[in-house]
Amino acid sequence: MNTIRIQKEDFDISAEIAALKTSCGGAGAIVTFTGIVRHDDGVTAITLEHYPGMTEHEIARHAEEAQLRWPICGATIIHRIGALKPGDNIVLVATASSHRQTAFEAAQFLMDYLKTRAPFWKQETRGDETRWVDAKPSDDAAADRWR
Amino acid sequence: MTLLYFAWMRQQLGKNAETIELPAGVGTVRELAVHLCERGDTFANVFSDLTRLRAAVNQEYVGWDTPLRATDEVAFFPPVTGG
Repeated sequence: MNTIRIQKEDFDISAEIAALKTSCGGAGAIVTFTGIVRHDDGVTAITLEHYPGMTEHEIARHAEEAQLRWPICGATIIHRIGALKPGDNIVLVATASSHRQTAFEAAQFLMDYLKTRAPFWKQETRGDETRWVDAKPSDDAAADRWR
Repeated sequence: MTLLYFAWMRQQLGKNAETIELPAGVGTVRELAVHLCERGDTFANVFSDLTRLRAAVNQEYVGWDTPLRATDEVAFFPPVTGG
């Protein structure tokens, strides 16, 4: 079973792992990735905007694709929106499978697609200056390897 | 049809959504973008270079030559930067 949530609130990684473990009885491996707001470059805050509806739809489509490509039992994908500060959690991807290799690969696939396809936009604030973050070619290259 | 704008496009255009009639002579997403450019400098600046933008129709990514219907939800936005 896949769990997909877009929310302002923080998430509890342990609780999400426990829930995935319960829904995927018999899973031998759960891999989690947590994206965190970096402290680098003098960033003091970020704000995340999304396209309600399309975001959930795109993520669900890729979670289903992950289940077709790898024998994973389920995935949990949580992405935060709104105002965040350095050190805050941004995104959680967790995958459950019988064996670690498939869980690792499916989690990487989901993260690479989240970065390049899920309609979120990030604004960074440094002191008085706020600017929209540019998309990175390296993220596109990372997603392209799954084609 | 409903038009949606996100991120810096929303800020520069000063709106996040609007409802319009499918303009006469507009058959594709590209033609809609060209039509919006004709509204004036603000729209022309945002829509002049389509390589900087992405489009979705009814919440699915589409190419610029995708045909449009009068009831479509059309979204324009910059390349995404989540995660």
